[in-house]
Parts: sequence; C-alpha cells; structure tokens
Amino acid sequence: MARTLINAPSTARRGEVIEVRTTIAHPMETGFRPGSDGKTLPRDIIRRVSCRYNGELVFSAELFSAIAANPYLAFHTVATESGTLVLSWEGDKGFSHTETIALSVTG
Amino acid sequence: MRRVPLYPVTKTTLTRRRVLGGAAALGAWVRMGPAAAAAADELAAAVAGYTGGAPVQRGKVKLDIAELVDNGNVVPLTVTVDSPMTAGEHVRAIAIFNEKNPQREVAKFTLGPRAGKASVSTRMRLATSQQLVAVAQLSDGSFWSHTVNVIVTLAACIEGDT
Amino acid sequence: MKIPGRALLLALAVLATGSGASAQTPAGGDSRRSGFEFMGTSTQAMQKDDALNPAMLWVKDGESLWAQPAGQSGKACVACHAAASSSMRGVAARYPAFDERLSRPLTLGQRINQCRQHHQQAATLRAESQQLLSLEAYVALQSRDLPLAPPADARLAPFRKQGEQRFLQRMGQLNLSCAQCHDQNAGGRLGGSLIPQAHPTGYPVYRLEWQALGSLQRRVRGCMSGVRAEPYAYDAQELVELELYLTARARGMAMETPGVRP
Repeated sequence: MARTLINAPSTARRGEVIEVRTTIAHPMETGFRPGSDGKTLPRDIIRRVSCRYNGELVFSAELFSAIAANPYLAFHTVATESGTLVLSWEGDKGFSHTETIALSVTG
Repeated sequence: MRRVPLYPVTKTTLTRRRVLGGAAALGAWVRMGPAAAAAADELAAAVAGYTGGAPVQRGKVKLDIAELVDNGNVVPLTVTVDSPMTAGEHVRAIAIFNEKNPQREVAKFTLGPRAGKASVSTRMRLATSQQLVAVAQLSDGSFWSHTVNVIVTLAACIEGDT
Repeated sequence: MKIPGRALLLALAVLATGSGASAQTPAGGDSRRSGFEFMGTSTQAMQKDDALNPAMLWVKDGESLWAQPAGQSGKACVACHAAASSSMRGVAARYPAFDERLSRPLTLGQRINQCRQHHQQAATLRAESQQLLSLEAYVALQSRDLPLAPPADARLAPFRKQGEQRFLQRMGQLNLSCAQCHDQNAGGRLGGSLIPQAHPTGYPVYRLEWQALGSLQRRVRGCMSGVRAEPYAYDAQELVELELYLTARARGMAMETPGVRP
C-alpha cells in the first residue's frame, strides 16, 4: 500500500470551489538515470492520476518522468453534492492505488 | 537578452515544417547557438504536436515557478488560467513542456467546468537552466500559453551513495 | 577521472567566495540562523505547511508504527509511552543523551533501537531504513518549535569535546574542515549553492537533493564525501560526537522537524 497525504475539506457549501492537495510516496524513476553498474535504470513512474466525484471524472492528469519523486498534485473541484471523491494513481509495473475522501455538502 | 516567441502568432494553420522554418528564420536575429536553437525547435515542435498545429497566443495563462531554484530535483510550480470556468467558457486542458530535460513533456491535465478554478500545482524536475511553457486549451478551441525562463544551479558537493 | 579537476574547482570556489556572513557574533546579537532562512520561498512554503511537506509521509508512517506491536513482547511503543504528543514532547530536543547501560551518548535513532531490543524484544531497525526514519520523524515532531536543549550532563562533556575537535579538523582530499565552510563562509556560495550555518534544527529532514527523508548522519556523511573524505560508518561514535557538538552549537534554536532543505 503506497503512503499518501490527502488534504481536502470534509465539508463545503454547495457551489463552493474546494482544493484537493495530494502527495503519494513513489520514487518516479525517470528511465534516464544510470544505475551503479552504468546501465540505465528502467522507468518506473506514476503515469495517470484521476479524481472521480460520485463516479464522474472531474480531474485527470498524465504525468511524465519530469515530475519529481513523491509526486504532489493539487487541483480544484466544485462542491456540487455530498458524496465521495475517489482518487486513483496508476503507473508502471502495474502500480495502482486508490484513496477515498468523504465530502459533506451543505446548503 | 530579450527572448523572441518560439511560435509565431498567425491566423493560418501552422504545420510542423512552418514552425521549424519560422524558428530557423528567426535564428538570424536571435542570439542562440546551434545547440540552443535545436532545443528550442524541439520545444516548439512538442507544443505544436499538442495543439495539432493550431496557433498559440500569449496570455491568460500564468506559470508560477521560482526563477532561481534551490534544487533542480524538486521545483514547485502552479499553472493558473484566467477563466470563469462555466459550462460555456472554461479550460479544457493544461499541458507543461520543457526545453532541455531528456523528454519535452512534463504533465498534461484535463479539467472542465466542474473544476471551478483553473489552477493546478505540482513539482517537477529541471535538468538545467531552461525555458518552460504552459499551454492551456479553452472550451472555444483556442490555445494560450506562458513561457518562463528558470535558472538551475547544480549542487556544489557530489555526495555519491550515502 | 574528473575528481582532481573538480577538487581544484571546489577549492578555488571556496577561496573565491571569500567571507560571507561574519563568524563573529555582533555585540549582544545572536548571529545564528537556521538553514530555513537560506532557502527560497517555495522551499520554505513546503516546510511551513504540513499539507505540502513530503516528510509528513514518514511522520504518518511513524504514527502508525508507534501503535504497532513489535517483537516477542507483543507490545507497541504506546503500551509504555502512551500518547507520543505528551510523553515524547521535548525528548528529541535533548538528544543525543547519555545512556547508562552503554556508558556513552546515543542519538534518538539509537535510543529507539535500544528500546526495541530491550523493552520490546524486537530486532533493531537498520540505520536510515524507512521504519526507523519514520519513528524518528514522528518522535522528533513532538519537539517542533521547542528550543534545542542539550542536557547539562557532565558525562557528555568529553564526547562533545571530541565532536568539536572533529568539526574544526581538516579532512579529505579537499582538506577542508566543517568550520571553514559553515563557520567562516556561511552565507557565501560554494558553486551555485548558498552555504548554510549547519544547525541540525530540522532533522530528520526531507532533502530535495535526495528526494527523500534522511537523518543528520546521512547529511554529514554526504558532506564528508563532498570533501573527498571517507565517511564515518552509520552509528559510528564519531558521528554521534559530531551530533553532540552540533546540537550544543545550536542550543536554544527552535526545532523545525520535519524540515525541508535543498
């Protein structure tokens, strides 16, 4: 299980724009770096990140080797209704991780 | 040194050849060495590939990044696009490209009216001092960009495996 | 091999940067500055906000390890120490501390391993391992914002003195001492990098160069490699003594753990 830091409000007013800030532990091995034996270390990065709000895709990102290790991603979404935000990260070597945030929307 | 835009603003469709040809023509009065020109060409080509050759205008986009970084391994940045983010007028996508890393692409984001605010933040790796370009596609199909020069100094002490 | 040329370049760079911040304390003033003040605003922002600080990945891990039973004892840290926020408050600020059983000073990481061995009957954690760093970071976080308070224990004095001597002693192919960069040339530049004063206020630290969390020992070993000296082994007595001296040198400065540094 990958370690993550998720920062998002647990409640919001309807129509309010909230910020979701995420960090996930991952080496993001570029695929350009030589190892100690001189051979290039194979790429091992997170390639895709997405956020589904009550099932609907509200944000997605395609990441490349230029993203720093332990990738940090922050984005915004409109608090439309109470429910869950499902964050998912996918990458090389079958990497897959999901986190669920509950959001309570009032008003 | 005043930087000349890498991709000329024109109403006609820019083909890759046109972009490269344009860059070469600019080369006469832009002070760049051959290697630097090649890197700039590749960057222009990557942007053109993303926009499908459509014209890219300057403005609306702000790429916020330190001009002089502490360490090229982890450089925080934020891209913000001036847009009401309504169903009728919003940012569809944002992409970031670089000039001198081993690969041009940095990240590509997909937004939409549900984003509420067109602002994304992440942290990137910078191999050396170079240009960065953030490109945004609006819901009306237009492309806008912001280009920034970042200075990267390498760490003075070589640590080896510690 | 490029080392001799680079060695010359570094030596020249150090000489050329000349005097940065003066090592003399202005009358009545404390000229000590944390490495935090030598960083750019975006790096500072990473440290100031726990939501942005990558070190919190390890702290969160440490928090769950604190409650996890370990070894044959089946006891977790929490069984003896209860909530870390109260029992561990101020602890990291007074380390390294003298250990009765071993009759020598120990770092926080070594202390944690002693606990594991003798009170949990668990295997010790490897130096610089994710688990040990996570526990260290979690415990040290409980001293955040408290002043570094090395204990006034007379038994530590001879070890601290050794540490001070090593700090002042030239070493490596570049023949530089810690003091030459960090006392005499702090505030100046080595190549493109600003030289900090080397106060251990933020350890374990998320270092951008490593793209990971690391201990003071890792950082000191890195510096030693940098001047082309053979680094002391992890947990070597020399490293403990240096840490003892560095914390005394930084006495009273606020702890920032977990720090972020370039």
